[in-house]
Amino acid sequence: MSFARPRVFLGLQPRLLVIPRHNSVRSAILAHRLLSTSTRALAQHAQGPATTDSHDGLHSALSGDRPHRHSSPAPKYDSHGNELNPYQDGPTSLDKAVHLFFFTEILRGMWIVLENFFRPPYTIMYPFEKGPLSPRFRGEHALRRYPSGEERCIGMSLLYYIYASVHAITIESEARLDGSRKTTKYDIDMTKCIYCGFCQEACPVDAIVETQNQEFSTETREELLYNKEKLLANGDRAEAEIAANLHCAFFVTALLGVKLTGLYS
Amino acid sequence: MASLLLRSLARTSRTTASSRLLRRNISASTIVKAEPTPTDTATKNVFDYHTVEDLHGMSAQEILSDPEGRKDSKMRHFTVNFGPQHPAAHGVLRMILELNGEEILRADPHIGLLHRGTEKLIEYKNYIQALPYFDRLDYVSMMTNELSYSLAVEKLLNIQVPDRAAWIRTLFGEITRILNHLMAVLTHVMDVGGLTPFLWGFEEREKLMEFYERVSGARLHAAYVRPGGVAFDLPHGLLDDIFKWATQFSSRIDEIEEVVSGNRIWKERTIGVGVVTAKQALDYSFSGVMLRGSGVKWDLRKTSPYDKYAEVRGDSKLLQASTNPPQVEFDIPVGKNGDCYDRYLCRVQEMRESLHIISQCLNKMPTGVIKVDDHKLVPPPRAMMKESMESLIHHFKIFSEGYSVPAGETYTAIEAPKGEMAVYLVSDGTNRPYRCSIRAPGFAHLAGSDFMMRSTWPLRVRF
Repeated sequence: MSFARPRVFLGLQPRLLVIPRHNSVRSAILAHRLLSTSTRALAQHAQGPATTDSHDGLHSALSGDRPHRHSSPAPKYDSHGNELNPYQDGPTSLDKAVHLFFFTEILRGMWIVLENFFRPPYTIMYPFEKGPLSPRFRGEHALRRYPSGEERCIGMSLLYYIYASVHAITIESEARLDGSRKTTKYDIDMTKCIYCGFCQEACPVDAIVETQNQEFSTETREELLYNKEKLLANGDRAEAEIAANLHCAFFVTALLGVKLTGLYS
Repeated sequence: MASLLLRSLARTSRTTASSRLLRRNISASTIVKAEPTPTDTATKNVFDYHTVEDLHGMSAQEILSDPEGRKDSKMRHFTVNFGPQHPAAHGVLRMILELNGEEILRADPHIGLLHRGTEKLIEYKNYIQALPYFDRLDYVSMMTNELSYSLAVEKLLNIQVPDRAAWIRTLFGEITRILNHLMAVLTHVMDVGGLTPFLWGFEEREKLMEFYERVSGARLHAAYVRPGGVAFDLPHGLLDDIFKWATQFSSRIDEIEEVVSGNRIWKERTIGVGVVTAKQALDYSFSGVMLRGSGVKWDLRKTSPYDKYAEVRGDSKLLQASTNPPQVEFDIPVGKNGDCYDRYLCRVQEMRESLHIISQCLNKMPTGVIKVDDHKLVPPPRAMMKESMESLIHHFKIFSEGYSVPAGETYTAIEAPKGEMAVYLVSDGTNRPYRCSIRAPGFAHLAGSDFMMRSTWPLRVRF
């Protein structure tokens, strides 16, 4: 189309004067061709069986006018065979006209919108206000210590064998001189972790927990590969919170459930 | 005037030296200036090329030369690659649309961009580890996905969850349904142009996801419904808060309906769009609202009830024979015309029915345990694990090798918000599924996108 547009002026151009005679016929044909290819009227689509060359049997099904879905209702008759007005139970034509021209349904909708405008907003100004978090929230991981400062984790590799559904955790451990077994390597790939919470469910000594912290985004991927120091630091920072949450989330409800059923008594 | 003439002279197809000289002033690109070789023009036709983009490499002479003459020239249908990352599409579905002007002649959905190999992954996980993958299949109806898997495993294990667990599952299944339908209806409304109800709906979704978070610890990927029950008991005060939410939610639905249902723009855009006849719906194995919108009365919660949907069927013989009273009463909305508007009305009505079920769950919620008491299948409570050696051993066994499921196979289907969500699970007696095939409702619905979208506009490609 855009190629053809300048050629509309072909006949007006002075250069026709300098065209040699044997060229003029060709350019006249060219001019005609260029004019007519730009119209869509020449488009041949397969329109049903009438045309022989169809494009995979695809044909247009759009009619020019809008499909009118509601055909007139079936005529109703009373017991004497008199025809009744089939519209008598519906809205009158006046009602319909008022509805159509006065935008009643839109005005009613807008009234609801206006009502909502005067309601208190639900918005939370995020970095300054935060939504509530339950004690069960599963956020950033942390390794805990005993009150004596000793690490809780005893490196039994239960996690490594199975838990963390996607195997985001790598653990290596060895026995210390005093006979206790502790980890030497405790890496969590936070980019692989899916925060299913199975690690804290599996740990029998409550060493690995998922804290309430959800704001640990970093700028590089490497910062999300946590090692043992980082995890212990997380635990040290939020120990009070973690302990309270664990007590609330698991002990209280668990004990309550057990007490109710008499399983534990 | 003179410059205009010069420019028009330069743009002619003449190949005299003077016009070539002039043409240099107009186009800087070398491609356009390149002289077409005679062999090229003889072999290449414009219509040998697939898309308009390919024409960029050709000069004007090449495009306009028509060696085969006028009779063969005709317009091709325009083929549009709609997606996978199209601003007007919400998911990552790729569709090849064949257009005649603006009319869709054929829609070809290409699935598989987001193929994550879940089924294969599950074969390498044990039965507990496989659970979190189900959250991620359809991340607007998380707990129903988990439920279908959990029910399948329970069927193979031949266990029955305690009453309270079943009620919690029913409660959260319906909360999930509302979450899903709010998303479905209101993003649809947003695409048609109404942003405001969308924001109201997301406020409600926010509250519902808070309930999710309070009960499971995650707003989206809950991992809460487990084989053998649910993961944790309900925290204190949750039922009160759900009740408070439920009392106000019906008026939120009313508001949304007031704004949307009668609106003439909405009706114009949905009535008569995407019509699915009952026969088509059955032929394409549609389920859920896609089926009910066409007038087929089919809901797995009624036809093959699970959990607490167990209700006596309609016929009186069963009614008398049944010893169980109906647990949950609800109705199934069914559409008439099978178009978008009917499906919208069905979804809205289903939200109301879900609300009805939720209030029944709140009233009937029993006390008791939330997991089966076989500690070979579910981990013992933490308090017990810390004091009892036997429990500790159970704990270790479950978290290190899981449990073995008796050999067998099951097809377990539930009524997820989008339709029939089913898990076909084959066990070979080990602690890992031999095969886990997932029947997601949307897959069958996508197969119907071709016949639904024909002779409509790309504007309407949605739901």
